[in-house]
Parts: sequence; C-alpha cells; structure tokens
Amino acid sequence: MTVALSGKDLAGQLEEKFPGSVEETAPHSLVVKSNSLLAVAGYLKDTESLAFDYLNYITAVDYYSYFEVVYQLTSLKHNHSIIIKTRCYGRENPTAPSVIGLWRSADFQEREIYDLMGIKFEGHPNLKRLFLWEGFQGHPLRKDFIQ
Amino acid sequence: MTTTEMMTLKTEPFVLNFGPVHPSTHGVYRMRATLDGEVILDIEPVVGYLHRGIEKLSEERTYSGFIPLTDRLDYISPMSNNLGYCLAVEKLAGIKVPERAEYLRVIIAELQRLANHCIAVGSFLNDTGAYYTPFMYAFREREKIVDLFDMVCGQRLTYNYMRIGGVSQDIPDEFLPALKKLVEQMSRWVEEYDFLLMQNEILLARTKGVGILPRETAINCGISGPVARASGVNWDLRKNDPYSIYDRFEFDIPQGETGDCYDRYRVRVEEMRQSLRIIKQAMNDIPAGTVRADVPHLIRPPKGEAYAHLEAPKGELGYYLVSDNSIAPYRCHIRPTSLINLTALREMVKGWKVADLIAIFGSIDITMGEVDR
Amino acid sequence: MEVSSDREYIYTSSELDRQEGQLIEEVKAGARESIPDPDAWLDEEVKQNIMLSSVDAVLNWARRSSLWTAICFPACCAFEFIAAEGPRFDMSRFGMEILRASPRQADLMITAGTLTWKMAPVVRRIYNQMPEPKWVIAMGACAISGGIFRSSYNVVPGYNKIIPVDVYVPGCPPRPEALIYGVQMLQKKIARERPISDLPKLLLKGKKT
Repeated sequence: MTVALSGKDLAGQLEEKFPGSVEETAPHSLVVKSNSLLAVAGYLKDTESLAFDYLNYITAVDYYSYFEVVYQLTSLKHNHSIIIKTRCYGRENPTAPSVIGLWRSADFQEREIYDLMGIKFEGHPNLKRLFLWEGFQGHPLRKDFIQ
Repeated sequence: MTTTEMMTLKTEPFVLNFGPVHPSTHGVYRMRATLDGEVILDIEPVVGYLHRGIEKLSEERTYSGFIPLTDRLDYISPMSNNLGYCLAVEKLAGIKVPERAEYLRVIIAELQRLANHCIAVGSFLNDTGAYYTPFMYAFREREKIVDLFDMVCGQRLTYNYMRIGGVSQDIPDEFLPALKKLVEQMSRWVEEYDFLLMQNEILLARTKGVGILPRETAINCGISGPVARASGVNWDLRKNDPYSIYDRFEFDIPQGETGDCYDRYRVRVEEMRQSLRIIKQAMNDIPAGTVRADVPHLIRPPKGEAYAHLEAPKGELGYYLVSDNSIAPYRCHIRPTSLINLTALREMVKGWKVADLIAIFGSIDITMGEVDR
Repeated sequence: MEVSSDREYIYTSSELDRQEGQLIEEVKAGARESIPDPDAWLDEEVKQNIMLSSVDAVLNWARRSSLWTAICFPACCAFEFIAAEGPRFDMSRFGMEILRASPRQADLMITAGTLTWKMAPVVRRIYNQMPEPKWVIAMGACAISGGIFRSSYNVVPGYNKIIPVDVYVPGCPPRPEALIYGVQMLQKKIARERPISDLPKLLLKGKKT
C-alpha cells in the first residue's frame, strides 16, 4: 500500500535543510515557496531515505488570487508518496521553475499547463503551446476565460 | 580523384510529416520526423487535433453528469475511466461502496483489460505487417466481450456504467453463465494466438531489440503500465497500491527484461492470461446485495481535494479533483496516461528506420482521446 | 524543375506553427454559416418523375456498389466503424472493405469523430483532394452538431460548417447496424443520380456533377 507521507514531518525535515521554504502544511501535502522549489525537489529526489524518483503528475488550479501548481511524487523503492504545491501570484505573468531537469515526465505536462493556464515555466527548453494553435488568444482553463 | 570519391553522395536531412491522418498513427497524431534517408534523426510530436476541452467542461457539469464525458477519454477502455473518476469522488466524499458492487467492478475492469489488449495486440501486429488477419481475429474476440457489456448496460462503446457509490444497475441472470463460457473460450483463444505468433520469425525479426526503453529512462519519464513493466519496472497499482478489492485475489505481474517491442507485446499477452485468472476467482465469490450506495444524485462533496488512480489497461490513470462544496467540480485534472507514455518516444526511435517507427509507436498503445482530452 | 519564386519556404518549426495557426484562424472565421446539404435531388423527385437512361443506371450501380472510404477517424466513432468493417458486421459485402489511405483514391468520407478547429483545415484539405464524385456521411452526434462537446472552445459544431454532408447518422456512437443503414440510404441516393443525362446541362452551366 502506498503510504501518503505526512506533510508536517516532511516539512520539519525540509525546514532544517532549507529554512523558510515551506509556507503551509496539510495532512498529506505541503506548500513550498516557488523560489526554493527546485532545491526542495532536488533534495527530495536525491536523498536516500526519500528517493522520490517518479513524478505522477503536474497540474495547476486557478484560485482567483493565485495559481497553485500541484506535483505528486512517488518513490517506487520505498512505496510512499507526497503532494507538493507551489503558488504563483499575479494573473498577468505567472511563472514557476521547471522541474524538467529532474523528472522528464514534466516535458509535455508543463507545456500543457502553459497552454491552458498561462503559467510560464522557467528553464523549459521548448515552452510552446501543445493543444491549441499558435495565435489562439487567451488561456482556456482560467476561470475568467471568455469564449 | 578516385572513383569512390567521385561517387560519394552528399545527403541532407529533411523533415517528413506523418499524419494527422495516416493509416498507422492510432488516431490523429502528427509527427514531424527529421530523416536522413530512411534513418530517423529526431521527431517532433504535434498533438491537439482532438482537444475537446473535457477538463473545462467538467466545471459546468455536475459530479454525476461528468461520467459520460469520461467515457470519451480513452474510448477503447471506457469502463476504466469511469471507475477512476468514481474512485476519486468516493475518496473525496468518503463514500463506502457495497461488496457486490466491488466484485462487479473488478470483473468489469478485468474484462475491459482483456478487450483493450485484444485491440492493442491486434493493431500492433497490423503495424508490423500482418495485414489485418490477427486484427480481425482479435476483433472477433472483442465482439464477444462487448456482447457481455451490452447485456449489462446496453451500450457497445461508451458504457457510462459506473456510478458514484457503485454501479448503475445489477447484472441480469444470463450474465454469469455467459461470462463462464467466455472465460473458457478466451483461455483457449489466447493460447492459440500466442502459439501461432510467439516464435514467428518475421515478428521476432521486426520486434526483438527494436525500440529499447531502458529502465531508468522509463521511471524518469513517468512511464507506467505494460510499457514500464516490459522495461523491468516492478510497479503495478493493483499490487503496490491496491484499490477496490484487488488485495483479495491472487495474480502475477508479468515483467519484461529488455524493454523492446517484443517484450511489450509479450507483457500484454501475459496480462490477458492473468486477467482471466482474476475473473475466474471473482466469478465464484460474488455476494448478494445492493449494487449502489445511497448517494444523492446532486452530490456535494466537502471542500478539499483528492487524487485517485487505478491501473488502467494503458497505465496509471488518475483523477485529481478539487471541490468547493458545490454541485460541480471546481477543477478536475485527468492524468493522461498516453500523453506521458509518449514522453520517451523520441529516444526510443532515434537511429531506427521509418518502418520501425511505426512498429515502436504501435507497441506503446496510445489513444488520442486520452492524449488530447 | 522551376520552383515559383513567390513561395516562401518555412524552415523553423515555430514559423511552421505560426503559419498553421493563421490558417486555422482563417478557417474558423469563414465557417460561421453551415454549408447547405446537397439535397436538391429531393425536390426534383417530387416535381418530376426521374427517367434514368440505362447508362445512368449502370454507372450508378457501379458507383454505389464499390464505395471506397477515405480515412478520417478522429475519435470514438472510429471504433464502431472498424467494428462495422470487422468480421461480425461485415461491410465488405457492400463493397466497402477498402480503406484507402490516400484520399485521391477514395470516393466516400465517413467522418467518425469530433471535429476540432485545429483539425478543420486538415479535413477540408482531404475533402478537396478527393476526386468527384464524392459523398460524405456524418457519423455520430459530434459530427452532426458537436454532440456532447458542443459548448467547448475547440469543437466545431458539426462537420457541415466545413464540408457539405449527404447523410447524417445519429448515435453516440451509432451502432454498426445504424451505420450500415446510413450507407444503404446513401446508396439509394446514388441510385437516383443522373451522371450522363445531366452532363450536357451541367457542362453548359460550367459545373461538374
């Protein structure tokens, strides 16, 4: 059975290594500041006891005042999982760091989020629209998209 | 200059467009392949020709009203999509499913896996050149499975059978005898099919060693399902993260070693055998009872989020639901198995020829409804 | 071989994407009105008795008994079409077993699946590549009116915004029996055409059948 790790315990570990990176914790997830996301993700992947080598999915949710990018990580070796979130404030030009260097499954998923939500991922080698065509106005999955 | 120097040809790479309408790309998938003669240097996939905006449509439909839309995602195995969505809503709202419904769900899900692998294996063999014969035989068997689904819910392709809290209706009396007959026939048929093709020289020459996906790449690229298991990744959600009542049944997880096309084909055939094993066990133990929990039609789950995943025939299919206590989901994200399985395609085809590209692409088994949503 | 000098060759993939995006926007802007169905033959039947010459009858019989389908299978209805071609609902008894990859060798397009704006120029290009005489069967609810996805931002509300449609087969997806009934209706329509008798009249008008 995949154990969903507790957000609080993991947050405690992360605060020791990267002080000030964790914003909020919940029973099975934690919110990380976007400027420390890459460091935290690298730590989660490389530490032996955590070994999160499999990225389940990346998605983004539009909560009017901010966008939340959600990552779920699983460790195939230890059979545990965690949900990491990060927030992008501002509707004009939200950005988040790209984790494609760590997990290549982020390739198409980050392009999809850029296409449908408008969040730019810094460090992605090929950030183009994936589903809609070049020249489409707007980002459909946003809550204020008008057809 | 010597004759050999005078005769040297200068070649230049060129870009060839495959699809979106192409007999061998499964659905409307387009690739811009950079070729040097016949050898592939690079491919650039272009998707989105079937992007229907299902995630956006989820925000205007109720929780129960979204189930027909989930059918249209991976339209070769719609029951699995329905099941995944129902599992996510049940996790979010904390609904317990009755026992009879759980057994029915397992039987239907495994039958769906059989039907999907029939098409996957049939069209893979079609792509390698066995022009339509194995495909027609596989379709003949799939028709028998689809007849059973027709008996249960009245539809042949887009079933809309699972409901939040169970299934929509109970099975008729003639279902179990027909299922028993089908299981015997399918067991014999899978053996016959395998025997005819396992040592076939042409199949071995075209698929052994072709399109190898190394294990580390598979994990890093998020590949799941038979493609990952053929590369040696020992991960099946029915065993590692059991949902529904899969922990009560005995079955094995077939695994490959090299991760070439032949291994992916063999893993699928073995999975068909294991599915038949699960169905035999489940058929004997179905308890009596209701098939649906008492859930209001306009369900309002409490505020929160949930992610539920299942082992769909193509890989890990998951639904991430965010609810704000209204009758429609706030956000529904579908983890697209086929889109993520395509991440490694570029590496798998570099250096192979055009004919191998078609065989490798067929062995990954994607459906554009899931890629584009 | 002389290549015309006003043609621009696009080299990078982002320029190619931009060109294609422009084409899609043009198709979208031009597809506000539905293309009227070619059903003028229904009025004529009411107004006068149709007298077919024997050459007409033979040509019609040949055309309707060997309809070759062009491949255009976006979505789920494709699987019901393939099942109709399969061993149980055998379509090859109607002469339709050939699924031609090249639209230049086809005369029937069965549109099996949802049409999106991104796919619309491709479908129009395939329709234009098919030689006359050609017919279109719109299969499924998505092909008739956009179906269950009608309110989406990327879905064309029906194929008749892009190409003229002869027969509509409802269903989601239509059973293979329904599709075969639709094909038979098309065959009845083809049996009433007058390819030779009408040829002088149409040539004078400057149009082809």
